[in-house]
Amino acid sequence: MSDRNRSFRLSRRQVVRGLLASSAFGLTAKLSTGCAQSPGTEGSAATDGSAPEELVVGFIYVGPKDDFGYNQAHAQGAAAMVANVPGIRLVEEASVPETTAVAEAMRSMIEIDGVKALFPTSFGYFDPHILAMAEEFPDVQFFHAGGLYQEGVHPKNICSYFGYIDEAQYVAGVVAAQMSPAGKLGFVAAKPIPQLLRNVNSFTLGARSVNPAATTQVIFTGDWSVPVKEAEATNSMADQGIEVITCHVDSPKVVMETAERRGVMTSGYHADQSPLAPKGYLTGAEWDWSSIYTALGKDFMAGKTLMAGDIPHVLRGGLADSFCKLSAYGPAVSDEAKAAGDAAIAGIKSGEIVIYQGPLKTNTGSEILPVDQQLKTDNVELEKMDYFVEGVIGSIS
Amino acid sequence: MATEALGWWGVPLGILAGTLRGSVPFLLVSLGECLTEKSGKINLGLEGTLLMGAMSAYAVSYLSSGIVGPTLAPWLGVLTAGAAGMGLGTIHGWLAQQPRVNDVAVGIAMIIFGGGLANFLGKPFIQPQAPQLPTLAAGGWSSLSQVQSALQISPLFLLGVAIVPLMSWFFKSTRWGLYVRAVGDSPDAALAMGISIFWVRMASIVAGSFLAGIGGASLSLFYPGVWTERISSGQGLMAVALVIFARWQPWQCLWASLLFGGAQALGPAFQSVGIDSYYYLFNAAPYILTLLIMVATCSPKRTLTGAPGALGQSD
Repeated sequence: MSDRNRSFRLSRRQVVRGLLASSAFGLTAKLSTGCAQSPGTEGSAATDGSAPEELVVGFIYVGPKDDFGYNQAHAQGAAAMVANVPGIRLVEEASVPETTAVAEAMRSMIEIDGVKALFPTSFGYFDPHILAMAEEFPDVQFFHAGGLYQEGVHPKNICSYFGYIDEAQYVAGVVAAQMSPAGKLGFVAAKPIPQLLRNVNSFTLGARSVNPAATTQVIFTGDWSVPVKEAEATNSMADQGIEVITCHVDSPKVVMETAERRGVMTSGYHADQSPLAPKGYLTGAEWDWSSIYTALGKDFMAGKTLMAGDIPHVLRGGLADSFCKLSAYGPAVSDEAKAAGDAAIAGIKSGEIVIYQGPLKTNTGSEILPVDQQLKTDNVELEKMDYFVEGVIGSIS
Repeated sequence: MATEALGWWGVPLGILAGTLRGSVPFLLVSLGECLTEKSGKINLGLEGTLLMGAMSAYAVSYLSSGIVGPTLAPWLGVLTAGAAGMGLGTIHGWLAQQPRVNDVAVGIAMIIFGGGLANFLGKPFIQPQAPQLPTLAAGGWSSLSQVQSALQISPLFLLGVAIVPLMSWFFKSTRWGLYVRAVGDSPDAALAMGISIFWVRMASIVAGSFLAGIGGASLSLFYPGVWTERISSGQGLMAVALVIFARWQPWQCLWASLLFGGAQALGPAFQSVGIDSYYYLFNAAPYILTLLIMVATCSPKRTLTGAPGALGQSD
């Protein structure tokens, strides 16, 4: 097509010159802001243990902040920290993938915004990105949601915090079984990782504490965010007469809306999804980051640091320590079920109810715990879970 | 409330329902791509167009529901999605026809551009709930609630099915269809006939992108009916592959889309009746299917029958 071979208005030389000039401009601009900022941030540093007047806290999320899911739970916690602790200033970045992009996000928060405490919330940020940044900036504190910190191996300015949300799933299971006459529950699951299996098992054990014949049908979608598969899974469960559906995926929105449309009851996860399913929403296992973040914010303002050892490197807790909570009961929940749910919450908080109590078998028949043994919530054995308990319909392989 | 279980009948029903629900984006995108490729250019950017369509449809449906009411708002969203698709198509059509520019490379750039723009503009619309498109209840004859819900047919599905014979007739029996085929098969001959290659290709790409945009609207306003950044999960790219699989025939695009839509329901439907091993394999069924058919139909000795002659040739 020779007649279409008209060239650009600009010659190649002009284009190359323009590109060089603009990249040089960009480089100098970036360098000069870096130089201008660094003395300022060093000056306001609060590493000497004295209480700072203002402290900048950075939050990084792997997805959008209002996804009705994992990220929304963290963002609400961050907002609560700012609201409850005077002097805290918040810097946020959402939808940061678990690649070197997060390292860049952390670096610019530290160098440009002067962040002194960072909360990169997604699991996959830890290794290698947080580890590398923590080495490079020893006076910045890094808080990571997960259980990955190892004493002596990782830098001293890292903290791992996580909640035993399966305690809330147990209570949700109690409520679900109370509301389900046939005892047929469903669980839309992403991938068979220990934390997810533990949620499924605790939900099932909660249900079976009410109705020993209750079952939980598990459907794996294969990934953390595949909306079409999640909707398909919910629909096939509705076809099979499942009465209450819960899930563990990044954003439960699709599952909740699809189940509501099919007239199936739902139990939420991560955050409060009751606006999505006004009729069928029973309750849900929610993270309660606001209390832990507020406590950490107060520690920061009091001059406490991880490096000095004033803040522990591993923070964990369940319902009793307000790391997680239950959504307010929906309109469909009967008074009987509410009472049973409240009793379960009280039992777990006081330690009377131990979720993993023998005798306990897997759904393939092998024994997990003999009659007189139990695994308490903080037992590390539970963090290596690779089985489904009796009553779960599904397999991991 | 559905209390009785369907048992094994749930599997064929689930696949049928999945076919009716899940095949709409495949159908619309593959028809759009079929038209585009018939004119001799490939538009890989339809993945980005799909996302942009999903976002704009959801956003407009949500924002306008207060002004025009919840029945009209989703339709306005569908139109906007088509218009957004046409906008992206115009960019692709212009860029891909510049001298020494490769249309595949432009398409990849358009995937990133369309997806990025949709994610950027779509941030405020992840949380709110937008009014959804109405569905036609074709299952009213059945007393089973499962059958009733499986046979909720989207008007966009019917639109797609209606376009199939129209497009087939357009290629075979109309002057404009001949222009598109001529430009796609032998640009030199078309030029000798006095047809503007640039404008025919531009029109084909823009019309194809319009259909892909509507396909996006079906994702966010029909099934699964939300806007998230991962809503398309590669369906746009699969639909482009599906056109090759369908040998550039609109009718075969329809069958292929139904097959792919149904294959998505395979994994969940089997797991719900207790066949829970190999679910990764079931979930991978559409991709395995594509590979098998590509292997079966491709040969180094001959080109694919039905492939437009100028496809992949640089001009």
